[in-house]
Amino acid sequence: MAAKIAYDDVQVGTELPARTFRVNRATLVRYAGASGDFNPIHWDERFAKEVGLPDVIAHGMFTMAEVARVVTDWTGDPGSVVEYGVRFTRPVVVPNDDQGATIEVSGRIAAKLDDHTVRVDLTATSAGRKVLGMSRAVVRLA
Amino acid sequence: MALDQSFVGRSYPPTEPYEVGREKIREFAEAVGDPTPAYTDPEAAKALGHRDVIAPPTFVFAITYRAAGEVIEDPRLGLDYSRVVHGDQRFAYNRPVRAGDRLSVTSTIESVTSMAGNDILDIRGDVHDEAGEHVVTGWTKLVARAAGEA
Repeated sequence: MAAKIAYDDVQVGTELPARTFRVNRATLVRYAGASGDFNPIHWDERFAKEVGLPDVIAHGMFTMAEVARVVTDWTGDPGSVVEYGVRFTRPVVVPNDDQGATIEVSGRIAAKLDDHTVRVDLTATSAGRKVLGMSRAVVRLA
Repeated sequence: MALDQSFVGRSYPPTEPYEVGREKIREFAEAVGDPTPAYTDPEAAKALGHRDVIAPPTFVFAITYRAAGEVIEDPRLGLDYSRVVHGDQRFAYNRPVRAGDRLSVTSTIESVTSMAGNDILDIRGDVHDEAGEHVVTGWTKLVARAAGEA
């Protein structure tokens, strides 16, 4: 493992570089194929509305993957992730238009732990509302 | 319908190994738009100390969820899959998943609860490689929404 961030160089409260990720219908079709999750709520508007959703929604695991990038881009080594968890509290609604949706992600160090690890608390919002709760990663730094 | 509480603690036999391929990792990384070289370039992965290209942290979900399918679809449990949403997801890694891994998953039902008519199922998936070494554990919380609730 070769994180490029040193444990001794970070403090509780250190902010990770924030990112914005775009997602449109094509993104979801592609993610469905790559992940094997073909639930029609992620690509079929008619089906999504039938089951009470406002529109097609992104796979929760797609959002979880994007949020992780804020952490792995920061450490420089995806192998630095020791733990990672989220709660899916609100869907990312993806309209069928040119824009799609955006997911805005920020993170900050919430605790310095043993063995060169830190806990990063993450926030993800879409359309101005939080879409994840309890979104946390523990990563091992250099 | 309330789920059968006697399923708590039940483990299912390990799955047949899933062989992790470089191109499958590449496909996944491209699908999430992540250009991290260690996902596609073996030399970049080696420079970070990994034996081969590694997978993004959430890649393994496709493997653990497929294994959980055996639990979810177990008719004796009585879960209404058409009403299931993904509540929580968590992973604890011993090392990253990498190309060449042959991964087997043992699924265990950690809890079965009912809340406000919703059935809540917690499934743990312990992932081991061919040598029997632990690679990662995933915890998946599934919520089957109460019938009649849109």
